[in-house]
Amino acid sequence: MAGASITVAETPLVRYLLRRADDALILGHRLSEWCGKAPMMEEEMALANMGLDLIGQARSLYTYAGEVEAAGRDEDAYAYLRDVRGYGNLLLVEQPNGDFAATMVRQLFYSAFIDPYWRALMGSSDATLAAIAAKAEKESAYHVRHSAEWVIRLGDGTPESHRRAQEALDGLWAFTGEMFETDAGERSLIAEGIVPDPEALRAVWLESVAKVVAQAGLTLPQNAWMQKGGRSGEHSEHLGHLLSDLQYMQRAFPGATW
Amino acid sequence: MSAALHDSEALRGEVWRVAGAVTDPEIPVLSIADLGVLRDVAIVDGRVEVAITPTYSGCPAMNMIALEIELALEKAGIGPVTVKTVLSPAWTTEWMTEDGRRKLREYGIAPPAKGGGRRALFGEDQVACPQCGSTSTAELAPFGSTSCKSLWQCKTCREPFDYFKCH
Ligand SMILES: [Zn+2]
Repeated sequence: MAGASITVAETPLVRYLLRRADDALILGHRLSEWCGKAPMMEEEMALANMGLDLIGQARSLYTYAGEVEAAGRDEDAYAYLRDVRGYGNLLLVEQPNGDFAATMVRQLFYSAFIDPYWRALMGSSDATLAAIAAKAEKESAYHVRHSAEWVIRLGDGTPESHRRAQEALDGLWAFTGEMFETDAGERSLIAEGIVPDPEALRAVWLESVAKVVAQAGLTLPQNAWMQKGGRSGEHSEHLGHLLSDLQYMQRAFPGATW
Repeated sequence: MSAALHDSEALRGEVWRVAGAVTDPEIPVLSIADLGVLRDVAIVDGRVEVAITPTYSGCPAMNMIALEIELALEKAGIGPVTVKTVLSPAWTTEWMTEDGRRKLREYGIAPPAKGGGRRALFGEDQVACPQCGSTSTAELAPFGSTSCKSLWQCKTCREPFDYFKCH
Protein backbone atom coordinates (compact mmCIF):
# COMPACT_ATOMS: atom_id res chain seq x y z
CA MET A 1 0.00 0.00 0.00
CA ALA A 2 1.73 3.13 -1.21
CA GLY A 3 1.35 6.20 0.95
CA ALA A 4 1.56 4.34 4.23
CA SER A 5 4.77 4.74 6.21
CA ILE A 6 7.53 2.25 5.70
CA THR A 7 9.76 0.62 8.25
CA VAL A 8 13.31 0.16 7.08
CA ALA A 9 15.32 -2.90 8.03
CA GLU A 10 18.32 -0.98 9.25
CA THR A 11 21.73 -2.52 9.13
CA PRO A 12 24.55 -0.20 10.26
CA LEU A 13 25.32 0.74 6.64
CA VAL A 14 21.68 1.40 5.69
CA ARG A 15 21.20 3.51 8.82
CA TYR A 16 24.38 5.39 8.07
CA LEU A 17 23.35 6.09 4.47
CA LEU A 18 19.89 7.26 5.47
CA ARG A 19 21.24 9.62 8.13
CA ARG A 20 23.67 11.27 5.75
CA ALA A 21 21.04 11.40 3.01
CA ASP A 22 18.55 12.91 5.47
CA ASP A 23 21.05 15.65 6.38
CA ALA A 24 21.42 16.58 2.73
CA LEU A 25 17.71 16.33 1.89
CA ILE A 26 16.47 18.35 4.85
CA LEU A 27 19.06 21.10 4.42
CA GLY A 28 18.39 21.13 0.67
CA HIS A 29 14.67 21.48 1.38
CA ARG A 30 15.33 24.32 3.80
CA LEU A 31 17.33 26.17 1.16
CA SER A 32 14.56 25.61 -1.38
CA GLU A 33 12.20 27.45 0.99
CA TRP A 34 14.10 30.62 0.09
CA CYS A 35 12.85 30.40 -3.50
CA GLY A 36 11.17 33.67 -4.34
CA LYS A 37 12.20 35.26 -1.03
CA ALA A 38 15.96 35.66 -1.23
CA PRO A 39 17.35 39.13 -0.52
CA MET A 40 18.60 39.55 -4.09
CA MET A 41 18.56 37.83 -7.45
CA GLU A 42 22.09 36.40 -7.17
CA GLU A 43 21.26 34.89 -3.79
CA GLU A 44 18.03 33.46 -5.17
CA MET A 45 20.16 31.51 -7.62
CA ALA A 46 22.90 30.64 -5.14
CA LEU A 47 20.49 29.23 -2.55
CA ALA A 48 18.58 27.23 -5.16
CA ASN A 49 21.82 25.90 -6.62
CA MET A 50 23.18 24.84 -3.25
CA GLY A 51 19.83 23.23 -2.43
CA LEU A 52 19.97 21.34 -5.71
CA ASP A 53 23.48 20.07 -4.93
CA LEU A 54 22.29 18.82 -1.55
CA ILE A 55 19.18 17.13 -2.90
CA GLY A 56 21.35 15.50 -5.58
CA GLN A 57 23.68 14.15 -2.89
CA ALA A 58 20.65 12.87 -0.97
CA ARG A 59 19.37 11.10 -4.09
CA SER A 60 22.68 9.27 -4.60
CA LEU A 61 22.77 8.17 -0.96
CA TYR A 62 19.11 7.07 -0.86
CA THR A 63 19.52 5.16 -4.10
CA TYR A 64 22.53 3.37 -2.66
CA ALA A 65 20.63 2.67 0.56
CA GLY A 66 17.97 1.03 -1.61
CA GLU A 67 20.58 -1.23 -3.19
CA VAL A 68 22.07 -2.17 0.17
CA GLU A 69 18.73 -2.77 1.88
CA ALA A 70 17.62 -4.81 -1.16
CA ALA A 71 13.95 -4.50 -0.29
CA GLY A 72 13.03 -2.96 -3.62
CA ARG A 73 12.84 0.60 -2.34
CA ASP A 74 13.93 3.61 -4.33
CA GLU A 75 15.00 7.09 -3.28
CA ASP A 76 11.40 8.33 -3.20
CA ALA A 77 10.29 5.65 -0.76
CA TYR A 78 12.87 6.79 1.79
CA ALA A 79 12.21 10.48 1.29
CA TYR A 80 8.42 10.43 1.16
CA LEU A 81 7.31 7.45 3.21
CA ARG A 82 9.24 7.61 6.44
CA ASP A 83 7.81 9.32 9.52
CA VAL A 84 9.58 11.94 11.58
CA ARG A 85 10.92 9.30 13.96
CA GLY A 86 12.44 7.41 11.05
CA TYR A 87 14.49 10.42 10.00
CA GLY A 88 18.05 10.52 11.35
CA ASN A 89 19.21 13.95 10.24
CA LEU A 90 21.08 16.39 12.44
CA LEU A 91 18.95 18.81 14.42
CA LEU A 92 21.07 21.57 12.91
CA VAL A 93 19.77 21.12 9.37
CA GLU A 94 16.09 21.09 10.33
CA GLN A 95 16.31 24.43 12.14
CA PRO A 96 14.09 27.01 10.43
CA ASN A 97 15.70 29.41 7.97
CA GLY A 98 15.19 32.37 10.27
CA ASP A 99 16.75 35.45 8.74
CA PHE A 100 19.44 35.37 6.07
CA ALA A 101 22.19 35.43 8.71
CA ALA A 102 20.79 32.32 10.40
CA THR A 103 20.61 30.52 7.07
CA MET A 104 24.22 31.39 6.26
CA VAL A 105 25.56 30.48 9.71
CA ARG A 106 23.71 27.15 9.57
CA GLN A 107 25.23 26.58 6.13
CA LEU A 108 28.71 27.44 7.32
CA PHE A 109 28.47 25.13 10.35
CA TYR A 110 27.34 22.23 8.18
CA SER A 111 29.50 22.86 5.12
CA ALA A 112 32.70 23.40 7.11
CA PHE A 113 32.11 19.95 8.58
CA ILE A 114 30.82 18.02 5.58
CA ASP A 115 33.47 19.33 3.18
CA PRO A 116 36.44 17.66 4.92
CA TYR A 117 34.13 14.76 5.78
CA TRP A 118 33.41 14.00 2.10
CA ARG A 119 37.11 14.30 1.39
CA ALA A 120 37.85 11.71 4.07
CA LEU A 121 35.06 9.47 2.76
CA MET A 122 36.73 9.42 -0.67
CA GLY A 123 39.17 6.98 0.90
CA SER A 124 36.36 4.57 1.78
CA SER A 125 36.84 0.88 1.05
CA ASP A 126 33.30 1.02 -0.37
CA ALA A 127 33.67 2.12 -4.02
CA THR A 128 30.15 3.56 -4.30
CA LEU A 129 30.51 5.65 -1.16
CA ALA A 130 33.90 6.88 -2.34
CA ALA A 131 32.39 7.89 -5.69
CA ILE A 132 29.44 9.74 -4.11
CA ALA A 133 31.89 11.54 -1.83
CA ALA A 134 34.19 12.50 -4.70
CA LYS A 135 31.31 14.31 -6.39
CA ALA A 136 29.87 15.87 -3.26
CA GLU A 137 33.24 17.17 -2.13
CA LYS A 138 33.53 19.52 -5.08
CA GLU A 139 30.05 20.87 -4.40
CA SER A 140 30.53 21.36 -0.67
CA ALA A 141 33.75 23.29 -1.34
CA TYR A 142 31.67 25.96 -3.08
CA HIS A 143 29.16 25.96 -0.22
CA VAL A 144 31.88 26.60 2.36
CA ARG A 145 33.25 29.48 0.37
CA HIS A 146 29.85 31.05 -0.26
CA SER A 147 28.57 30.82 3.31
CA ALA A 148 31.92 31.97 4.74
CA GLU A 149 31.90 35.04 2.51
CA TRP A 150 28.42 35.94 3.69
CA VAL A 151 29.12 35.41 7.38
CA ILE A 152 32.15 37.70 7.04
CA ARG A 153 30.17 40.29 5.12
CA LEU A 154 27.33 40.27 7.65
CA GLY A 155 29.58 40.24 10.71
CA ASP A 156 31.74 42.98 9.26
CA GLY A 157 28.75 44.94 7.94
CA THR A 158 26.30 47.23 9.70
CA PRO A 159 25.58 47.07 13.45
CA GLU A 160 22.26 45.41 12.53
CA SER A 161 23.80 42.72 10.33
CA HIS A 162 26.52 42.16 12.93
CA ARG A 163 23.95 41.72 15.69
CA ARG A 164 21.94 39.26 13.61
CA ALA A 165 25.01 37.23 12.62
CA GLN A 166 26.09 36.99 16.26
CA GLU A 167 22.59 35.94 17.30
CA ALA A 168 22.63 33.23 14.64
CA LEU A 169 26.01 31.94 15.85
CA ASP A 170 24.84 31.88 19.46
CA GLY A 171 21.49 30.33 18.62
CA LEU A 172 22.77 27.52 16.40
CA TRP A 173 25.97 26.68 18.27
CA ALA A 174 24.33 24.08 20.52
CA PHE A 175 23.38 22.05 17.44
CA THR A 176 26.95 21.60 16.21
CA GLY A 177 28.06 18.91 18.67
CA GLU A 178 25.83 16.31 17.07
CA MET A 179 27.91 16.34 13.89
CA PHE A 180 30.72 14.52 15.68
CA GLU A 181 28.54 11.90 17.32
CA THR A 182 28.64 8.22 16.40
CA ASP A 183 26.78 5.17 17.67
CA ALA A 184 27.95 1.56 17.92
CA GLY A 185 26.81 0.78 14.37
CA GLU A 186 28.70 3.67 12.84
CA ARG A 187 31.76 2.85 14.92
CA SER A 188 31.77 -0.64 13.43
CA LEU A 189 31.78 0.94 9.95
CA ILE A 190 34.63 3.21 11.03
CA ALA A 191 36.61 0.22 12.32
CA GLU A 192 36.12 -1.51 8.97
CA GLY A 193 37.44 1.49 7.03
CA ILE A 194 34.10 2.07 5.31
CA VAL A 195 33.47 5.54 6.77
CA PRO A 196 35.68 8.11 8.49
CA ASP A 197 35.43 9.04 12.16
CA PRO A 198 33.74 12.45 12.37
CA GLU A 199 35.42 13.09 15.71
CA ALA A 200 38.75 13.21 13.89
CA LEU A 201 37.46 16.22 11.95
CA ARG A 202 36.44 18.28 14.96
CA ALA A 203 39.69 20.25 15.11
CA VAL A 204 39.64 20.99 11.37
CA TRP A 205 36.02 22.12 11.58
CA LEU A 206 36.61 24.33 14.59
CA GLU A 207 39.63 25.89 12.97
CA SER A 208 37.82 26.83 9.77
CA VAL A 209 34.75 28.15 11.60
CA ALA A 210 36.88 30.11 14.08
CA LYS A 211 38.85 31.66 11.23
CA VAL A 212 35.68 32.92 9.53
CA VAL A 213 34.17 34.13 12.79
CA ALA A 214 37.35 36.05 13.64
CA GLN A 215 37.51 37.60 10.18
CA ALA A 216 33.87 38.61 10.55
CA GLY A 217 34.63 40.36 13.84
CA LEU A 218 32.19 38.04 15.60
CA THR A 219 32.63 36.06 18.79
CA LEU A 220 32.82 32.27 18.79
CA PRO A 221 30.28 30.93 21.32
CA GLN A 222 31.86 29.21 24.28
CA ASN A 223 28.99 27.18 25.72
CA ALA A 224 29.84 23.51 25.83
CA TRP A 225 26.33 22.12 26.25
CA MET A 226 25.12 20.45 23.09
CA GLN A 227 21.65 19.54 21.92
CA LYS A 228 21.33 15.98 20.60
CA GLY A 229 18.68 13.53 19.41
CA GLY A 230 18.35 13.94 15.65
CA ARG A 231 20.42 10.87 14.85
CA SER A 232 18.11 8.68 16.91
CA GLY A 233 14.90 10.21 15.56
CA GLU A 234 14.19 12.64 18.40
CA HIS A 235 13.54 15.81 16.49
CA SER A 236 12.40 19.32 17.19
CA GLU A 237 8.84 20.14 16.15
CA HIS A 238 10.25 21.84 13.06
CA LEU A 239 10.96 18.61 11.21
CA GLY A 240 7.34 17.45 11.39
CA HIS A 241 6.18 20.67 9.75
CA LEU A 242 8.87 20.40 7.11
CA LEU A 243 7.95 16.79 6.29
CA SER A 244 4.25 17.55 6.08
CA ASP A 245 5.17 19.96 3.32
CA LEU A 246 7.78 17.75 1.64
CA GLN A 247 5.69 14.56 1.80
CA TYR A 248 2.25 16.03 1.21
CA MET A 249 1.69 14.83 -2.35
CA GLN A 250 2.74 11.21 -1.77
CA ARG A 251 0.75 11.01 1.45
CA ALA A 252 -2.39 12.56 0.00
CA PHE A 253 -2.17 10.81 -3.35
CA PRO A 254 -0.25 7.58 -2.77
CA GLY A 255 1.84 6.53 -5.72
CA ALA A 256 1.08 9.69 -7.69
CA THR A 257 3.36 10.20 -10.68
CA TRP A 258 3.59 12.80 -13.42
CA MET B 1 38.22 -12.65 -35.58
CA SER B 2 34.78 -14.21 -35.90
CA ALA B 3 32.12 -12.45 -37.88
CA ALA B 4 29.95 -12.08 -34.78
CA LEU B 5 32.75 -10.43 -32.80
CA HIS B 6 33.55 -8.17 -35.71
CA ASP B 7 29.89 -7.17 -35.93
CA SER B 8 29.71 -6.42 -32.26
CA GLU B 9 32.80 -4.18 -32.50
CA ALA B 10 31.21 -2.33 -35.40
CA LEU B 11 27.99 -1.99 -33.42
CA ARG B 12 29.87 -0.62 -30.41
CA GLY B 13 31.46 2.01 -32.63
CA GLU B 14 28.12 2.94 -34.10
CA VAL B 15 26.54 3.24 -30.63
CA TRP B 16 29.42 5.50 -29.48
CA ARG B 17 28.87 7.70 -32.53
CA VAL B 18 25.08 7.95 -32.17
CA ALA B 19 24.87 8.14 -28.37
CA GLY B 20 27.91 10.43 -28.16
CA ALA B 21 26.19 12.96 -30.41
CA VAL B 22 23.35 13.49 -27.91
CA THR B 23 23.66 17.01 -26.55
CA ASP B 24 23.40 18.42 -23.06
CA PRO B 25 19.91 19.95 -22.82
CA GLU B 26 21.30 22.90 -20.84
CA ILE B 27 24.25 23.57 -23.16
CA PRO B 28 23.04 22.37 -26.57
CA VAL B 29 26.38 22.99 -28.33
CA LEU B 30 28.07 20.32 -26.22
CA SER B 31 27.61 16.63 -26.94
CA ILE B 32 27.88 14.10 -24.14
CA ALA B 33 31.06 12.85 -25.84
CA ASP B 34 32.52 16.40 -25.63
CA LEU B 35 31.58 16.56 -21.96
CA GLY B 36 33.00 13.18 -21.07
CA VAL B 37 29.60 12.08 -19.76
CA LEU B 38 29.47 9.05 -22.07
CA ARG B 39 31.64 6.47 -20.28
CA ASP B 40 31.15 3.09 -21.84
CA VAL B 41 29.30 1.06 -24.43
CA ALA B 42 28.96 -2.70 -24.08
CA ILE B 43 27.03 -5.33 -25.98
CA VAL B 44 25.76 -7.92 -23.51
CA ASP B 45 23.79 -10.87 -24.90
CA GLY B 46 22.67 -8.77 -27.83
CA ARG B 47 21.59 -5.90 -25.58
CA VAL B 48 23.25 -2.54 -25.87
CA GLU B 49 24.38 -1.10 -22.54
CA VAL B 50 25.35 2.54 -22.43
CA ALA B 51 27.01 3.93 -19.29
CA ILE B 52 26.84 7.61 -18.48
CA THR B 53 28.09 9.50 -15.45
CA PRO B 54 26.46 12.57 -13.89
CA THR B 55 28.32 15.86 -14.02
CA TYR B 56 26.87 17.09 -10.72
CA SER B 57 25.00 15.23 -7.96
CA GLY B 58 21.88 17.24 -8.60
CA CYS B 59 22.16 17.58 -12.35
CA PRO B 60 18.56 17.59 -13.57
CA ALA B 61 19.73 16.92 -17.12
CA MET B 62 20.72 13.30 -16.49
CA ASN B 63 17.24 11.78 -16.88
CA MET B 64 16.77 13.81 -20.03
CA ILE B 65 20.12 12.68 -21.44
CA ALA B 66 19.30 9.02 -20.76
CA LEU B 67 16.00 9.41 -22.57
CA GLU B 68 17.64 11.19 -25.51
CA ILE B 69 20.17 8.36 -25.85
CA GLU B 70 17.41 5.77 -26.02
CA LEU B 71 15.53 7.83 -28.60
CA ALA B 72 18.62 8.46 -30.74
CA LEU B 73 19.57 4.79 -30.78
CA GLU B 74 16.04 3.70 -31.53
CA LYS B 75 15.95 6.14 -34.42
CA ALA B 76 19.20 4.61 -35.72
CA GLY B 77 17.57 1.18 -35.53
CA ILE B 78 19.72 0.05 -32.62
CA GLY B 79 18.23 -1.81 -29.69
CA PRO B 80 17.26 -3.02 -27.21
CA VAL B 81 19.11 -0.46 -25.09
CA THR B 82 19.78 -0.01 -21.38
CA VAL B 83 21.22 3.27 -20.14
CA LYS B 84 22.85 3.00 -16.75
CA THR B 85 24.45 5.61 -14.53
CA VAL B 86 27.89 4.97 -13.13
CA LEU B 87 29.31 7.08 -10.31
CA SER B 88 32.90 5.93 -10.26
CA PRO B 89 35.25 7.46 -11.22
CA ALA B 90 33.61 10.79 -10.49
CA TRP B 91 33.22 13.14 -13.44
CA THR B 92 35.54 16.09 -13.62
CA THR B 93 35.71 19.10 -15.94
CA GLU B 94 39.16 17.77 -16.90
CA TRP B 95 37.37 15.23 -19.09
CA MET B 96 35.93 17.88 -21.33
CA THR B 97 37.55 17.55 -24.77
CA GLU B 98 39.50 20.35 -26.46
CA ASP B 99 36.81 20.41 -29.10
CA GLY B 100 34.18 20.77 -26.38
CA ARG B 101 36.08 23.64 -24.78
CA ARG B 102 36.31 25.43 -28.11
CA LYS B 103 32.57 24.97 -28.77
CA LEU B 104 31.80 26.28 -25.31
CA ARG B 105 33.87 29.42 -25.90
CA GLU B 106 32.22 30.02 -29.28
CA TYR B 107 28.84 29.66 -27.59
CA GLY B 108 29.79 32.46 -25.18
CA ILE B 109 30.62 30.40 -22.10
CA ALA B 110 34.14 30.51 -20.69
CA PRO B 111 35.44 26.91 -20.41
CA PRO B 112 36.61 25.57 -17.03
CA ALA B 113 40.18 26.40 -16.01
CA LYS B 114 42.54 23.53 -16.71
CA GLY B 115 44.84 22.04 -14.15
CA GLY B 116 42.60 19.87 -11.99
CA GLY B 117 42.97 19.43 -8.30
CA ARG B 118 41.20 21.24 -5.54
CA ARG B 119 43.07 24.50 -5.99
CA ALA B 120 41.70 24.87 -9.50
CA LEU B 121 38.21 25.00 -7.96
CA PHE B 122 39.02 28.40 -6.59
CA GLY B 123 41.67 29.55 -9.02
CA GLU B 124 39.34 31.38 -11.37
CA ASP B 125 41.06 34.74 -11.27
CA GLN B 126 42.32 34.13 -14.82
CA VAL B 127 39.02 33.53 -16.59
CA ALA B 128 39.25 34.89 -20.13
CA CYS B 129 36.24 36.64 -21.64
CA PRO B 130 34.76 34.36 -24.32
CA GLN B 131 33.78 37.42 -26.38
CA CYS B 132 37.03 39.41 -26.58
CA GLY B 133 39.61 37.21 -24.87
CA SER B 134 40.46 39.79 -22.21
CA THR B 135 41.51 38.36 -18.84
CA SER B 136 40.42 41.53 -17.08
CA THR B 137 37.22 39.95 -15.76
CA ALA B 138 35.38 39.76 -12.47
CA GLU B 139 32.91 37.36 -10.89
CA LEU B 140 29.43 38.84 -10.43
CA ALA B 141 27.81 35.83 -8.78
CA PRO B 142 29.30 32.49 -7.75
CA PHE B 143 26.15 30.57 -8.66
CA GLY B 144 24.74 31.11 -12.13
CA SER B 145 21.82 30.05 -14.30
CA THR B 146 22.61 26.36 -13.79
CA SER B 147 24.59 24.55 -11.12
CA CYS B 148 27.62 24.18 -13.38
CA LYS B 149 28.04 27.90 -14.07
CA SER B 150 28.91 31.16 -12.36
CA LEU B 151 28.22 34.64 -13.69
CA TRP B 152 31.09 36.91 -14.75
CA GLN B 153 31.61 40.23 -16.45
CA CYS B 154 34.37 41.40 -18.76
CA LYS B 155 35.91 44.73 -17.75
CA THR B 156 37.23 45.31 -21.26
CA CYS B 157 34.17 44.76 -23.45
CA ARG B 158 31.67 45.07 -20.54
CA GLU B 159 29.79 41.93 -21.62
CA PRO B 160 28.50 39.63 -18.89
CA PHE B 161 29.20 35.94 -19.50
CA ASP B 162 28.81 32.50 -17.95
CA TYR B 163 31.82 30.58 -16.68
CA PHE B 164 31.70 26.79 -16.60
CA LYS B 165 32.99 26.14 -13.07
CA CYS B 166 35.73 23.65 -12.28
CA HIS B 167 34.58 20.42 -10.77
ZN1 LIG C 1 35.33 40.85 -23.17
